[in-house]
Formats: sequence, C-alpha cells, structure tokens
Amino acid sequence: MSDKVLAWALRACGIVSGAVVLLIMFFLMQESLPALQRLGLARFFTDASWHPAADASQGRFNITAMVSGTLLTTAGAVLLAAPLGVVSAVFSHYYAPPRVARVHRRLIELLAGIPSVVYGFWGLVSLVPLLNALHPPGQSLLAGIVVLAIMILPTVALLSDAALANVPRSYLDGAAALGLTRWRTVWGVALPAARSGLFTGVLLATARAVGETMAVLMVCGNVVRLPGSVFDPVRTLTANIALEMAYAMGDHRSALFVSGLTLMGLVVLLVAAAGVFSRERVYA
Amino acid sequence: MLDATAQAGLVGPGALPRGRSLDAFVTTAVWLGAGLIVAVFFWIVGDVFVHGVGGLSWSFLIDSPTHAGRGGGIGPIIVSTGLILTVCMAVSVPLGVGAGAWLAEFCPSTSLLGASVRRSLDMLAGVPSIVFGLFGNAFFCVYLGMGFSILSGGLTLACMVLPILIRSVEQGFGSVPGEHRRSAAALGMTRARTLAHVLLPAATPGLMAGLVLGIGRAMAETAALIFTSGYVDRMPQSLADSGRAMSVHIYDLSMNVAGGEPNAYTTALVLVASLLVINGATSAIGQRWLCGRSRG
Amino acid sequence: MKHVALMGLGLLLVGTVSGCDNATARGTGADKLVITGSSTVAPLVADMAKRFEQAHPGVRVDVQSGGSSRGIADARKGLAHVGMVSRSLKDDESDLYSFTIAIDGVCMIVHASNPIGSLTSRQVVEVYTGEITNWRQLGGPDRPITVVHKAQGRSTLELFLEHFSIHNERVKPSVVIGDNQQGIKTVSGNPYAIGYVSVGSAEYEATHGTPIKLLPMNGVEATVASVAAGSFPLCRQLNLVTPEPSSGLTQRFVDFAQSLAMHDLIAEHSFVPIVHE
Repeated sequence: MSDKVLAWALRACGIVSGAVVLLIMFFLMQESLPALQRLGLARFFTDASWHPAADASQGRFNITAMVSGTLLTTAGAVLLAAPLGVVSAVFSHYYAPPRVARVHRRLIELLAGIPSVVYGFWGLVSLVPLLNALHPPGQSLLAGIVVLAIMILPTVALLSDAALANVPRSYLDGAAALGLTRWRTVWGVALPAARSGLFTGVLLATARAVGETMAVLMVCGNVVRLPGSVFDPVRTLTANIALEMAYAMGDHRSALFVSGLTLMGLVVLLVAAAGVFSRERVYA
Repeated sequence: MLDATAQAGLVGPGALPRGRSLDAFVTTAVWLGAGLIVAVFFWIVGDVFVHGVGGLSWSFLIDSPTHAGRGGGIGPIIVSTGLILTVCMAVSVPLGVGAGAWLAEFCPSTSLLGASVRRSLDMLAGVPSIVFGLFGNAFFCVYLGMGFSILSGGLTLACMVLPILIRSVEQGFGSVPGEHRRSAAALGMTRARTLAHVLLPAATPGLMAGLVLGIGRAMAETAALIFTSGYVDRMPQSLADSGRAMSVHIYDLSMNVAGGEPNAYTTALVLVASLLVINGATSAIGQRWLCGRSRG
Repeated sequence: MKHVALMGLGLLLVGTVSGCDNATARGTGADKLVITGSSTVAPLVADMAKRFEQAHPGVRVDVQSGGSSRGIADARKGLAHVGMVSRSLKDDESDLYSFTIAIDGVCMIVHASNPIGSLTSRQVVEVYTGEITNWRQLGGPDRPITVVHKAQGRSTLELFLEHFSIHNERVKPSVVIGDNQQGIKTVSGNPYAIGYVSVGSAEYEATHGTPIKLLPMNGVEATVASVAAGSFPLCRQLNLVTPEPSSGLTQRFVDFAQSLAMHDLIAEHSFVPIVHE
C-alpha cells in the first residue's frame, strides 16, 4: 500500500476520533441551552442553593458545592492512586520475580474490569460501615476517595507498566555497569526515562476519576454542601446527573446538562493545567 | 527527600552504605505497596467470589433469566455482552491504532490539527459515562435510527474507550527509539512497511495495556448501556436487537429488584471470570503477534 | 490493519448517511411494542411482557429502563408506545393517558437493632428538619441520627414531603440516595440511620434476613397487606402511560397488564395489585 494512502487513512482515523468529542459537546450544549437561556450562567454560581425545579423561576441552581465535590474526590483519589500505581508498575518490573510479576499484572487487569456498580456495592457494604464506626454517617468524601482511588489504580498501574516496559535496555545496562543500586536505577534512570508515559497514565486516570458516576453515587452521601472534613458527605457533578436525571423535567433536566457541560469545562482546565505544570512536552 | 538522597548517592561513592540501607527500605516499601494492592484486590474479588460462587452452575450460564433476574440464568445476557464487546472492539481498535499511529508518526509535533485532536481525546476521557449514555441515545438510537440495539451500545462504548486506546498506542509508538526509524529508512523500507514491521511490534506493550484497559472499561460499563443497548434480557437475534449487558444486569438486580443480590453477585463473578479469559487470550495473541512480526 | 480501519470508518459513515431517515419506534412494525420508563416499574413490566409474548406468538415487547421522566418524554415523542411512570401524572402531563397497574406504599425504616418501635409524624418531621439530631432525644441510644433522604424529583421523595408537609429546602439530610435498594443497603449497614423506602421491597428484604425494621405510620403497620387494604396512609401509583387513547396492540398490552392474571406477578414484585371494576 502506498504511503500517501496510508497517511490519509490514518489522518482520517485521527480526525474521526477527535470529532467524537465535538459531537458530544454539541449535544451537551444543545441540551443545556434552554437552561442557560432562561437562567443565565451566573445563577449556577450565585443562587442560594441547589433546589432545582422544572420551572426555572421556582428553583435554585447553585452548583459550586458539586464542583468542589468533584474536585476534592478527584484530587484525593489521584493523590492516593498515582504513587501506588507507579509503585505497582515498578514492583512488577524491577522487584518481583517474573512469575510473581505476571500474576500481579493479571490481578490488576482484572481490577480494571470490575464494574463500577460492584465497586460501589463493596464500598457501601464493606467500607462505609467501617467508616461509620469511625465517624458517622460513613458515606463521605473519604469513602469516595478510597473507592475512586481503587478504581483508577489499574489505569495508572497498567499504563506505567507499559511505559516502564519501553525504557531502553541499554539505559538499565548502563546503570548496572555503574554499580547503581536497584532503587537508584529505578529512581534515577527508569522513572525519568518513562516520565511521559507515567504522565499520560495519571492524566487518563484523573479524567476517569472526574467522570466516574455509579460508585461515587453509592458511597459519597450525595448531600449538596461544602464538606467541613473528609468525614462529611459530598455530591459530585456526575452523581448529580445520575441521581436526578431519571425524574427531571423541563429546566431541571436542562440544568443537569449544564452540570455535564461544567464537568467538561473542568476536564479542559485540568488538561490545560497539566500542560502548564509539566515542563516536558506532555506527549513525547 | 528520597530524591535528594538518591541524587547524593549518585554523586558520591562515600554514600554507598547509606544507599544500601535506603535500597533495603525502598524494597520493603515497594513490596508493601504491591501487597496492599493485592490485599485490596482479594478483599473485593473475594467478596464477590464468596457471595457469588454458590449460585454458579452450568444452567446459570445458559438459561434465560426469570422473575426479573432473581431466578434462572444469564445465558442471553452473556451473549449480548459478547456481541456488544465485539462491536465496540471491531470499531475502536482499528480506529484507535490508526489514530494513535497518525498522532505519533505522521503528524508533525507543531501540527495544530494534531494538538486539537489530542486535546479532544483528553476531554473525551473525562466525559462521564452517563453523558455517554445520553449522547449515545440521542445520536445512535434516535438520530441515526438504530434504536435500542447492540449496535448502538457497542458504538457508544467505542467512543468511550477510544481515548484510552489511542493514548496508549501513541505512547507505545513514542517510546520506539528514533534509530529504528532511521535504520528502516536506510534499508529503503516504505513508511507503511516500517509502521507494520518495525513500529507496531515495538508499540505492542502500549497497545496491549490500552486494549486490556479498554476491554475492562467496556465490560464494566453500566450507565452508558442502559440508554443505548438497553434492558431487554431476551436472546438477541441480530445486532439490531436490544440486549442487556452483564453490568446492566448486575446494576438492575442490586438496585431495583428486591432479593436480586445473590444473582447479582454470581453475575459479577461470571463477569470477572470472563474478563480473566479475555485478558489471557488478548495477551497470548499479542505475544504471538509480536514474535511473528519481529521475525518477519 | 488498514483495511479494518477503513471498514470501521465506513461503518461510521454508513451510520451517518442512514441517519437521514429518522425511524421512530412506531414505524418499526405492527408486532413490536416498545415500553420505556421508570426503573422501579421496569422489572415488573419486563416480566409481564414475557408472559404477553407467550400468549401472543410473533409479538415482541421490548422493555427499556431509564426513569419516569424518560417514560413520559418517550411516550410524547413517539419513541415508545407505552411509558412507565412510578407516580400519578402531574397537571401539565394531562396530554397523556394513564393506566394504573399497581400500588406501592412508602414507609419509614430503621436498623433492626434500633430500640425505637414507632415514631409520630411530628417526630419524623423534626428528625428530617434537623430539630432532633440524636436518638437520645427519641428515647434511644446516645448516637447521632443518620438521616437518609432521596434525590430531588424522585416520586417517593415527593410523596414523603407531601405527606409530612415538609418543604424540601428545610430537610437536613446526612445521606442522599437514588434507588430503593440503595436506601435499604444504607440503613441495613448503619445501626443509627433512618430512611423511607418502598413498603414491598422493605418487607421482602426484612423477611429475608436483611437487618431493617419497618416503622408503623399513624399506628398502621407497614405491610403489603395494609397497603392492599387501603389503610396505609402513604401510597403511590405505578402507571403505564400512552400518548393517545390506546388501540390495537398497545390496548391489548395495557388490558393484559391490568388483568387479574397479572396479580401473582405483581405480588411477586412486592407491589400491590388493584382491582378494576
């Protein structure tokens, strides 16, 4: 096959993939337009509370508490899962005997495919009662962070694993020739060489955490309020959509799509921030 | 702090004893971290296993559900899940590998188009599954007229796993050393041949990681499927039929059907087990393909 | 690889082109019935649909879940022949025709280990508005109360608020939940929680070993039997809705769903059948 045809075919793949998000954006905007027109953007941040109604004039539509809920759960989960995920990848590459590493990897692959309902279920039945004994009601920011962290851990671990697998053999041989200890090889050579892959993994995991719905809904408590501590319940933007969409009509329904749009906005900000904070080009 | 110690160790040979004890400390920490992950895994999967294994039988795997899922088996649901996954992968893998290859190999790093596609993909990765569901319903089911069908569900999932696939493929390509490409060019290989015989095999670990994550994500998805492939638990006759996926079945049994929990657990166990099989097959095929390609 | 990629692309393109003919559910043949709506009603109607298919060979009934508002929207837009709604129709929904297939009660539940045997309406209101925050104030142990509330718009929530005449903005919940079973799991996992859920599901779970206790309301025992007798104060209708006076297959299904032959299925799903004159 000729190179030109190939290049065009591949470009087409790229464009089609990129276009999907535009379609989704278009859809979200179309659905949230009625609420934005009748309420204006400002009311989503200045209203007294979130008590939506099908008629815009009767409801209150403040979503800031849910924005912070999403940010807090995501931040907590990433802070927990990112180091642990990288450690897991380092373990299976540099510390574990090959057979153990293979089993370990298979376990993490399985963890990646457990439905969020099952995670939520486990959180609700096993984790929440434990936290409840510690500090009622148990359904809390902390429960959300822990469950989310476990859910995004496989994403970080598997992508880090793939990134470490691509560190050129010669780098490691060089380190061995210099007589570096294992940890110095990992810290000084392997991790820096795999940096961009690790970064992609964390970024995708963060996006997954932002978008996760079912599990969060089951363990977070979903009260619309700024949490005073990690033991207080929070509601995320995704839980807000999932909880209320089934029965929402009119402007309420449309306002839920504004939640969705806000969520997309958050992801855009995260991606942009990631670009600024990493000195390296994100996509090596 | 670890950083500083490690750096110091790299510079001065005098720091060697300290480095050794640090090394021992880190080794313990890494084993503990891995142990923690394994413990959590066994806690969750053990929970599913203990509650689910009692209901497992041959007839559970082939029978149709009765009494809203409290009785009978999940035969049609396994078939629907398999079909949805097949549609999803048949669309997303070629598209994902193509787009990943384009981003990594054919698109200049200064390209505005490339940058915007990457940004779009990062956004796509953060779209909540329920929004995918509502979008899939509006676009595939209603606008394209596919209705509640396995096709709609598979295509919605394909949109969903694209970012994971593409970014890991791209990552895989990006890690191939430049000299491979230059050597291939020096040998007079076309870019197409270089891609197929040099770059793709080298990018396989990334592709495999993406594939496993994508399959896992697709199998685990609930919210996006309720609105697209639907809720009908009949044996599907074609891709145009509505079919209930295992995750939807688990969700419905645990959230809407009083007394549905035992079968929800058993279904979850079947899901985890089939994932084990699919993942095993995927990496086996990946390995074989990798060997074949690098020899060829 | 490229060929497969092109095929995938082709599939998408074909899809885009075929989008021009906007097929609706009503256009897809006379022998197929599409029913969408409330996730509470869906398992029951799905079972009814299976029996209907057995009684009418060649007919297919597809039941889809997704919420009461979806049932109403789809019935209006013609995406479904019949919508499922777990509440009575509101004033601005009078363009639809509704057919009640069953009744469901809503009752207060606490953990089985909770010594409290009953609460007055006033006490329930005070607990939900945050005036009472500790079980001690109700004669129980010295532990804070976990108040389990439903998400905005859910029909059980509207029923609950209306019955106790509480304005939703006065409610101070500790936990907000969505589906019924989530409420039951939340209360069964927390000895100091109180919530309100469907009587049928709660009774089923309580008799199958889940540690929850159903509290009587205004002195009436919270049981499926008292809901059936009409003495239980808090009830909601489970409805099928159609966009036009139903006819043909739709009519036959609605009649079938309302017939005596369905009463065993309704009871099996812990709802209460109603007798039509």
